[in-house]
Amino acid sequence: MALIDTINPLLTTGWSKGDAGWSLKDYEARGGYAQLKRILASKMSQDDLIAEVKKSVLRGRGGAGFPTGLKWSFMPKAAPEKYVVCNTDEGEPGTFKDRDLMRFDPHSVIEGMIIAAYAVGAKLGYNYIHGEIFDMYQRFEEALDQARAAGYLGNNILGSDFSFDLFAHHGWGAYICGEETGLLESIEGKKGQPRYKPPFPANFGLYGKPTTINNTETFAAIPFILGMGGEAYLNLGKPNNGGTKLFSVSGHVNRPGNYEVPMGTPFAKLLEMAGGMRGGRKLKAVIPGGSSAPVLPADLMMECTMDYDSIAKAGSMLGSGAVIVMDETVCMVKALERLSYFYFEESCGQCTPCREGSGWLYRVVHRIEHGQGRPEDLDLLNRVTDNMMGKTICALADAAAFPVRSFIKHFKSEFEYHIEHKKCLVDPEVQRAGSGFFKAGAA
Amino acid sequence: MLEIEIDGKTLQVADGSTIIEAAHQLGTYIPHFCYHKKLSIAANCRMCLVQVEKAPKPMPACATPVTNGMKVFTHSELAVNAQKGVMEFLLINHPLDCPICDQGGECQLQDLAVGYGESASQYQEEKRVVPDKDLGPLVSTDMTRCINCTRCIRFTAEIAGFMELGQSYRGERAEVMPFIGKTVDTELSGNIIDLCPVGALTSKPFRFSARTWELSRRKSVSPHDGLGSNLIVQTKHDKVMRVLPLENEDVNECWLTDKERFSYQGLSSAERLTKPMVKQGGEWKEVDWSVALDYAAHALRDVAKTHGGAAIGGLLSPHATLEEMYLAQKLLRGLGSENIDFRLRHSDFSADGKRKGTPWLGMKITDIGRLDRVLVVGSFLRKDHPLIAQRLRQSAKRGAQISVLHSADDDLLIKLAARAIAAPSQLPAMLAQVVKAVCAIKGVAADTAVAGVTVSADAQAIAESLASGSSAGVLLGNFAQQHPQAATLQVLAGQLAATLGGRYGFLGEAANSVGGYVAKAVPGAAGLNAAAMLKDPRQAYVVVGAEPELDCADGAQALASLTKAAAVVVLSPFKSQAMLDYAAVLLPVSPFSETSGTFVNTEGRVQSFYAAAKPLGETRPAWKVLRVLGNLLDLSGFAFNSSEEVRAEALGGQPEFVSSLDNGIDGGTLNLTASAQSLERVADVPIHFADSLVRRASALQQAADSAAPTARMNAATLAKCGLASGDKARVGAGGTATMTLPAQLDVGLPDGVVRIAAAHADTLALGAMSSVLSVEKA
Repeated sequence: MALIDTINPLLTTGWSKGDAGWSLKDYEARGGYAQLKRILASKMSQDDLIAEVKKSVLRGRGGAGFPTGLKWSFMPKAAPEKYVVCNTDEGEPGTFKDRDLMRFDPHSVIEGMIIAAYAVGAKLGYNYIHGEIFDMYQRFEEALDQARAAGYLGNNILGSDFSFDLFAHHGWGAYICGEETGLLESIEGKKGQPRYKPPFPANFGLYGKPTTINNTETFAAIPFILGMGGEAYLNLGKPNNGGTKLFSVSGHVNRPGNYEVPMGTPFAKLLEMAGGMRGGRKLKAVIPGGSSAPVLPADLMMECTMDYDSIAKAGSMLGSGAVIVMDETVCMVKALERLSYFYFEESCGQCTPCREGSGWLYRVVHRIEHGQGRPEDLDLLNRVTDNMMGKTICALADAAAFPVRSFIKHFKSEFEYHIEHKKCLVDPEVQRAGSGFFKAGAA
Repeated sequence: MLEIEIDGKTLQVADGSTIIEAAHQLGTYIPHFCYHKKLSIAANCRMCLVQVEKAPKPMPACATPVTNGMKVFTHSELAVNAQKGVMEFLLINHPLDCPICDQGGECQLQDLAVGYGESASQYQEEKRVVPDKDLGPLVSTDMTRCINCTRCIRFTAEIAGFMELGQSYRGERAEVMPFIGKTVDTELSGNIIDLCPVGALTSKPFRFSARTWELSRRKSVSPHDGLGSNLIVQTKHDKVMRVLPLENEDVNECWLTDKERFSYQGLSSAERLTKPMVKQGGEWKEVDWSVALDYAAHALRDVAKTHGGAAIGGLLSPHATLEEMYLAQKLLRGLGSENIDFRLRHSDFSADGKRKGTPWLGMKITDIGRLDRVLVVGSFLRKDHPLIAQRLRQSAKRGAQISVLHSADDDLLIKLAARAIAAPSQLPAMLAQVVKAVCAIKGVAADTAVAGVTVSADAQAIAESLASGSSAGVLLGNFAQQHPQAATLQVLAGQLAATLGGRYGFLGEAANSVGGYVAKAVPGAAGLNAAAMLKDPRQAYVVVGAEPELDCADGAQALASLTKAAAVVVLSPFKSQAMLDYAAVLLPVSPFSETSGTFVNTEGRVQSFYAAAKPLGETRPAWKVLRVLGNLLDLSGFAFNSSEEVRAEALGGQPEFVSSLDNGIDGGTLNLTASAQSLERVADVPIHFADSLVRRASALQQAADSAAPTARMNAATLAKCGLASGDKARVGAGGTATMTLPAQLDVGLPDGVVRIAAAHADTLALGAMSSVLSVEKA
């Protein structure tokens, strides 16, 4: 089932028909491309359009939460060649919202991108789709064909003097290509490695030209914002956290999946929508914004509402909205080992602290998990993360460091137990029971 | 200008400067690995992290632009902790095998580890091992030591022009490597050894032969192409162990060509001549210097007495020093001969006697980078002048438009604006078309000789490019200088430059191509030039530093004439079988590393140097040998006590640049009549065969650029000759001489042209570099 539960659906309005509702006629039937038509017919000024998006306080849905309208306003007006790029390289463990957006409603992304191109004056756009969802890439190509055939893409769109074309580009599965400048390098055919900033993409982006790059969900939200007005969209959420957001809830809940709720919805409500804890077990910890966000223990998390500010106040990040729920059967050392392995594997290798540090972190955590930890290891891990954070071109080093620091901070006793007793605080039988693959007590 | 404060010191820096540039201006050292002033900014090593006021985290000094009023702290606690943190990371997977590492003692990582590293590491895990790569005969790899700074990668991509190295895999497994199964073949590859801040890339020929602190260092000057790269020659026990670049922004910047870097191996070649030798009764005998000099003096005096001075010819290598050339011409003139020449590969001497001065580059080397429109005429630019090609490559990236007019379309790894590729006989007409088209654009009347040509689309494109800029230059390459209508090409280049309000000049073929004129090593009014004195055999020859069979325009003819001569006196650092066949006396003289001397480079810069090592065996500096010969022949004006005195007489002082530079020709005439012949030879001088030293450099001889000569043709010409690429082709040069060479497809050649390298023993029998050949399937 495409859609499980939602409050105030916008992005997910088209999901109810599942795979049967993605095509152009379905999208048009639910009001799709109306905003594009309105903008072109009324010859809306670029400034007014950007002002409307600013009013909505739409913040980038890819993870950094940068105000979208403000980002668009950075694009130099006079530049002759500009690009709009969509980041569908959804690589963050725990995140799977863009995949469903592309699957059930690709035209909302296309319309959002066309409107964005209009706002910033771009003639060409790319949607970079990560290689693991090749089906979605193919569907997006189909959707592009439909849009082109209907005159929404190409020269003189809908008879206006605005021309824009959009292409799909699929990656091969490197996490680092989700970093916006790494993504641009990858489109250019180079090794996906982030660029040093400044200059930022708005000045020096794809092929050295000014480029606006936003997340899939951000683009998808644009038609809805223009449909209801920026202010109304903002009011759906809470101040400084406009609109609704997709949350990918995974882990030890009864109904993992994507949930669209207004910003500011209590975490408890989201957990309830996801069917509550699996097997009625106790909530232990939540990573609220994708694997690179610091973990929060249950008591802190239960007090949070799902918006940028509340989660930040609790010491983590809303990130991409990937909510990873862990119950009491989880060994936090083992969980961290898996996360650290991911960052070790995905570091691009460009900057020394990340290339060398991510492997060091993984090896030490691995050692602790396997009963070879040393008393000084926790200090060592903290020191190594100190030397990584903020010392690299992109945020991957920070992303590798945050889990390590937060896991140790909130679950130090588990690590100490591991080092001292060479085994898990959480009984392996209990862990096995919680994993979902084995039934507790079964022979 | 921006004002910046670094560690409390205030200074003004240019807009757009980075913190590291500002710090260098102040003399403050910021540790770094990936940063290099000639390469793009990577900001990946993170060693140069510094504290910037108001910035929440340390910033990389190499990549952070200075803003007005910025306050930077390079030694604050935040900065030093960041730097130490990075050093710890760099060392955890580094093998720390300094005792067996060639870089030991001159390693940036080793040096900085002393300042920023700890004596013990907390890293207790297994270290990374990276498989070594085969980069060819020049660069040795120990990739486990690599710190992934990517300097080598950026060098190949940005300076050498083709990204032969890249970083594969990612994260901790990232590896620098060439394309699979490929080596690094650029003519500038050795520079990656200098650039590598660790021992990952080291010199293969130098490997394990000495420690840096065991080596003595001498400044020197490259004896190869006309650029005159500045060298640091490093010796151990009077043996040259290594050659490194001496940075000179006006000449070679911080680079060297592989030829300049590795040719030193030829200095210890088994073919070094270490004792004077004379031929008596057909037998070679090693003799004392006094015997050999007497023998030589007598032989020359006898010929002069019996046949007159004009029976003696002097063939001087353009790689000889100014002092050697000056004394050699003085000696020959003292014997009554005006037959003196160093332009051994030239074939058109019609401008002799009409030159207004010494032909030269026509501008300073650094001015090349300021030209916004350049036409390179008749040049295998990348191989003949690798570092000038490099300058033009950077110019093109800055927006300069480079065009080429040549008989081969080799990939220069430079983005070209336009090109015209024509058979050698058609080059003058093609250049005339460009002149005519430029005149038309500029609204100037063209020379009447030029007015008759029909402008082709290619020539028009070149003309339009040239005329669209504000600072044009026309550069005549080696091929243009060796062309049978070289004077016509020069006159046309002059007209073109004048019409464009630009400059023109010659890319110096050899280390002393300008110095030869300054030393008067050219024939006098009644004298014979290099070609004439070989075409019309002399009784005796004095050969200084050259191997005429390989260094002359027609090696076969040179060999025949030398063999016929009664007496050939050879002053050479090397002996060869050919030499043993034709010479009467062999005098072992010093190569550039064992003598003091002077080269005048292509821009007229006078560059003197001292010997870096003692002469090998009984070798003596050639200027001393020539002086003693002069004394033995009772010639006046040979009382020199030092090479400096010779230089002073030759130059009339010690100027930084010689004063006689002028490319003008009085009454130069145009000869545009040549009709296309079937199968014209295009002869290049392969980079590693251009002179006697590099021919004997063992590692270079294994490099890709040293491949055996082939008969290269385009597809149409191959088909016409009934050949396929790879077939054996029988090549004939008019007379009876034929040889078999593999045919090879070269899509960059015009129709009716066969490209066969000169200066190579395998192709010597084909004779003149410029000739008409017959080719058929063997």
